[in-house]
Amino acid sequence: MQEIPLSQILFVSTFLFFIGMYGLLTRRNLITMLMSIELMLNSVNINFVAFNKYLFPDNLDGLFFTLFIITIAAAEAAVAIAIIINLYRSHNSIDVDDANEMKY
Amino acid sequence: MALSILIFLLLFIKLGKDRSNESILNFINIALLINLGTGLYSNETGILFNGMFNTNALIVFEKDLLNLAALIISMQSYAWLRNSKHVIEFYLLILTSLLGMFFMISSGNLLMFYLGLEMSTIPLAAAANFDLTKRKSSEAAMKLILSSAFSSAILLLGISFLYGTTGTITFSILTAHINGNPLQLFAFILLISGFAFKISAVPFHLWTADVYEGSPVAVTSFLSVISKAAVLFTLVNILYKVFTPIASTWYLVLVVLAAATILIGNLFAIRQDNFKRFLAFSSIAQVGFILIGISGSSQSGSASLIYFILIYIFSNLAAFGVVSVVSALADKENISDFKGFYKTNPILSWVLTIALFSLAGVPPTAGFFGKLFLMMAGAAKGNYGLITFAALNMVISFYYYLRVVKAIFMDENPTPIQKIQVPTISKIAMYICVVGVIVTGLASVVYNYIYSISIGL
Repeated sequence: MQEIPLSQILFVSTFLFFIGMYGLLTRRNLITMLMSIELMLNSVNINFVAFNKYLFPDNLDGLFFTLFIITIAAAEAAVAIAIIINLYRSHNSIDVDDANEMKY
Repeated sequence: MALSILIFLLLFIKLGKDRSNESILNFINIALLINLGTGLYSNETGILFNGMFNTNALIVFEKDLLNLAALIISMQSYAWLRNSKHVIEFYLLILTSLLGMFFMISSGNLLMFYLGLEMSTIPLAAAANFDLTKRKSSEAAMKLILSSAFSSAILLLGISFLYGTTGTITFSILTAHINGNPLQLFAFILLISGFAFKISAVPFHLWTADVYEGSPVAVTSFLSVISKAAVLFTLVNILYKVFTPIASTWYLVLVVLAAATILIGNLFAIRQDNFKRFLAFSSIAQVGFILIGISGSSQSGSASLIYFILIYIFSNLAAFGVVSVVSALADKENISDFKGFYKTNPILSWVLTIALFSLAGVPPTAGFFGKLFLMMAGAAKGNYGLITFAALNMVISFYYYLRVVKAIFMDENPTPIQKIQVPTISKIAMYICVVGVIVTGLASVVYNYIYSISIGL
């Protein structure tokens, strides 16, 4: 079986990163925005694993980095969801356009 | 070390029986003082965990500064925390974040740096939401967590490209592998924009004002002083030690960032009425001046940065201290409310005035010397256009700082804020700040000490 070249994996991960960024900038629902951020973090994970496997297979820095990113993304999501729940209690909505008391 | 012991101690107290808030607050303040004291006496150089965690005289001094600032903030928020039900939770969040910053400053490896960064920002987002019932507070927390998650995703993409091109994440090995090829430059730009988010340099400053306004004052002062200082220390460390081969590139990036930051920060500060928003934009402008100092890329560059941060801690915290007691005891946060403030609260007025003079850079106060050293460090590169631009912007900044002073001393107000009974402990914190503002400027020992331990390019 032929091996998939590194460039194609990088293409996928970059594409994923910008899908995430597009989602973050256009979606107005907070949960969806959080999901977009997770998408960006996961694309970075793909990057790390791919670099580690293809270019530097003799040390495991990239894999460790991926493990820590997954852990921290979980912690970040936990705090963010807690904040969103609190926001829902005070605003009765999780639309960012409704949270607009402070401007300029 | 001392700090992590303190966190565990707090956890045990939380699990134990209820105590009155006053006794807990007194206990914590004493513990923070002990923490600062042990920090001042430990002065070791060492490397732990295969180069992931390192420490030397400079790093210990930077941590001492952060400890000092945390102590002052804790003393100032006494009036606010006295009536809060969640005192211990507040300290847990704040101290965890402080611990994260210590890891970040000591990091010798991109993984450790990233972990420290996240450990310092995630608790802060929760702390920004500390006024659970206020609408503004939850809005601020939401903005902080989303923008910080976004910025750390960008930073991580930068780190992953850096890893892909060099094959290592250890700072000391990384330097040898950086040769300035396009992918590395791209990675560097991503990395620096992650940093710029955290220090709120201008194209990435949009979250700052909202978060500062919505959060409780104690969290705002923590964000604007401690978290900014920690990220700036790390930025200098990384720029001077890791990215030395592409120094001419990052010099240009810093120049553009600095010029934009100073100008936009100043222009927006002029039109603010909320005191916390005003201090937010003033702190953005101050970061611009700091970036000029960093761009000097010499030993005096990093020395003047640390010296300025010391002064900035004193002067900004003095201003935030006054705002904190006024907001906790009189529930007023607008500059227009401060009209005629001198008639009823002369001492608080003087503290605020000295703080604002120092932020603006009026000669007898330390702020002048801090800015002078930053400018001199920047001028060493010979880019006089930038220095002139910054000096002109200092004139603009005088306008809005003195506008507040005018409101305090000269404007008439039929209903000024009543006389405020400041708790003794907050009063002590303010006196420490004022003495600090005056003494650090005049005592050249301080700058000489910092210069002797700091690093150049």
